[in-house]
Amino acid sequence: MLERIHKSQMLMDAACKAVGRQINIMEVCGTHTVALFRNGIRATLPKGIKLLSGPGCPVCVTDQGYIDTVLDLADRDDCLIATYGDMIRVPGKNGSLETRKSTGNVRIVLSSEDALQLAKDNPGKTVVFVAVGFETTAPATAVVVRQAASDNVDNFCILSNHKLVVPAMHALLADMNNKIDAFLCPGHVSVIIGYGAFRGIVEQFSRPCVVAGFEPMQIIEGLAEICRQLTEGKAEVKSIYTAVVTEQGNKLAQDVIAECFEPADGYWRGLGKIEKSTLKLKDKYGQFDAMQQFGITETPAEEETTGCRCGEVLCGLIDPPACKLFGTKCTPEHPVGPCMVSSEGACAAWFKYGPREKRGQ
Amino acid sequence: MCLAIPARIIELEGDRAIVDAMGNQFRARTTLLPQVKLGDLVLVHAGFAISTIEEEEAKKTWQLIAEIDEFRDTSNRVSG
Amino acid sequence: MTQPAQDRILLAHGGGGQLSDQLIRKHILPKLRNDTLAELADAANLNLDSKSICFTTDSYVIKPLFFNGGDIGKLAVCGTINDLAVAGARPAALSLSLIIEEGFSFELLDKILDSIAASAAENNVAVVTGDTKTVEAGAADGIFINTAGIGTKLEGVELGFDKITVGDKVIINGTIGDHGMTILSQREDIGFQSQLKSDCAAVADFTCKLLTRGKNVRFMRDPTRGGLAATLNEITRQTNLSIRMNENNIPINPTVQAAADMLGLDVLNIANEGKFIAVVDPGDAEDCIRICREHPLGENAAIIGEIIETKDVAIVEMATKIGGRRIVQMPYGRDLPRIC
Repeated sequence: MLERIHKSQMLMDAACKAVGRQINIMEVCGTHTVALFRNGIRATLPKGIKLLSGPGCPVCVTDQGYIDTVLDLADRDDCLIATYGDMIRVPGKNGSLETRKSTGNVRIVLSSEDALQLAKDNPGKTVVFVAVGFETTAPATAVVVRQAASDNVDNFCILSNHKLVVPAMHALLADMNNKIDAFLCPGHVSVIIGYGAFRGIVEQFSRPCVVAGFEPMQIIEGLAEICRQLTEGKAEVKSIYTAVVTEQGNKLAQDVIAECFEPADGYWRGLGKIEKSTLKLKDKYGQFDAMQQFGITETPAEEETTGCRCGEVLCGLIDPPACKLFGTKCTPEHPVGPCMVSSEGACAAWFKYGPREKRGQ
Repeated sequence: MCLAIPARIIELEGDRAIVDAMGNQFRARTTLLPQVKLGDLVLVHAGFAISTIEEEEAKKTWQLIAEIDEFRDTSNRVSG
Repeated sequence: MTQPAQDRILLAHGGGGQLSDQLIRKHILPKLRNDTLAELADAANLNLDSKSICFTTDSYVIKPLFFNGGDIGKLAVCGTINDLAVAGARPAALSLSLIIEEGFSFELLDKILDSIAASAAENNVAVVTGDTKTVEAGAADGIFINTAGIGTKLEGVELGFDKITVGDKVIINGTIGDHGMTILSQREDIGFQSQLKSDCAAVADFTCKLLTRGKNVRFMRDPTRGGLAATLNEITRQTNLSIRMNENNIPINPTVQAAADMLGLDVLNIANEGKFIAVVDPGDAEDCIRICREHPLGENAAIIGEIIETKDVAIVEMATKIGGRRIVQMPYGRDLPRIC
């Protein structure tokens, strides 16, 4: 293993020399952010390589309007909220799902299926499934929506905030941060969409896109492959997560998403509106759309007035410590922005694993 | 959020399975992988199996799987 | 259909009258069998041949009450013994306070009492005094337990943060994360089946052996809530020295690691109930490991780190398996409630 690491380091050194300035590689996925820290990988990289965290944390990019809608529903007597654990602490205008847990209206589920079962077990209430996550998680929601239809379940609905990774990468390069030299692409999203999905980014923007898994060797060798390409002046799509990622991806999963959902414009916290970047339930499954069920209209994202710079963090423009609130007013115990709330948020990761100048909490 | 781990299918009926990841067992749907069989190694995310994994690839990619043979000798004594 | 009164705890069982008496004489006394307790005096008379006494207390509110590898009773005994053990004492006696919810079944209570009795006997410790209260349904989760423990400090033993110096080694007697992950796996909302087993056990055997065989032990602690990360950070905080860990040497059961991976948790932050860490003279480290490994529960004992100079801020850093470097921060206790 040490040999492979050494080989990777040599490829990275070569790229630094060839490129002659700081190389900015964005790791899109929050799970990569955490894995990088937990394995202490930054310490193995040459100084010329800078890793930027991207908007690949579904909790972090969920806009305020959506959270407040979920909390409003949680306050209703006729609703049960079913959510993945990640969302439980995100603060809205008035508390969070966690503060509402004691009412019994909020249940943590490990799978979308548990949410559907909750509806079947509680015929007197409407179960609202907080459907957050990228393409990795969207098929799980779609299968269950389809099943709810065939099982004639009339007290189940979803509030969809599934987001699509490639449109976000596109928007980043086109508008927000053209300093990104390459992408370390999300391994598990790619299991579903296939590594071929990144071809468009490569062709339009000439940036290497390498798909890697989450084991430390995967990440190191993924970065090394990016560097190899940069040294040779190439930009290609490649996957080193050969165990589970293919060029086409999981076609059945893609089909089931397409059966239930269609891409729609959506708000990404910190990034604003991105075209065709979220999934909305198709009309034929409209009865499972909580927006329709409860007559909710889309509320536009609000301006951040607290001094929170999550938006810039999500675009990779600043590192979390550059935000004045980081570690002072904003900590995992009392988070101001979503990047600190989410266990995979860049701010939370920096706080939990990174060096801190001042001790004391 | 993209947490997914390799697990082996130890029970399978229709598209409902029980999978085992190093001694932890949980339910998983195989709806997205209709071709899987009992004994297959799969990647599981949010209660759904999303990809099959070949044994050799698994050992090359996941440290825990590569090391399990080493630990297996002591693991019975540890948990006994 | 109402349950017959004899099957369940009633509020009156804590009232100090006939039912209380019955509870003590029919359930508690027979199981905890010892002369001191049988006196049922208001206070126990102890003859401890020592000028140096250690005293500790802990309350146990764990949920679920029964888990693979133990239960609240075993935990209540071992947890308090362990606090005495890591203070350098030989545990001698325990007090046992029970707060029982109205409606709690005698069957479960008996199981817990049996467990307390077995754990106490195994560790040569007597439950010499106690108290029982009952509360209305809903005011306690089945049962809450408090144990206080008394022990005699071992001859010539002086442990403390101030004894720790640069170069000392950090050792642990076995795998980490087993208890916390086992509890999590049995929680209703997260539950999954598992081979996981809590490491709930007393460590007094280990600690007494190390201390009585002339090993230079500077400091000991049991890494319960907050796991190894919390304990090590406490050390750096109090001593202003730093610690360098080696990830390759930290013993972890793969089942525990896989469960933690599944839930996105860091095993370093997960509670242990049968483990202790010791900071020891570097010259004695190997011997200490050998002594630990003689014990049936100590076969995975390992040297996991070293005390080092602090550069600007005292930290716990870790050399990772791939040769990287990460910092191990003090964890946030909110992730895993009611672990012990």
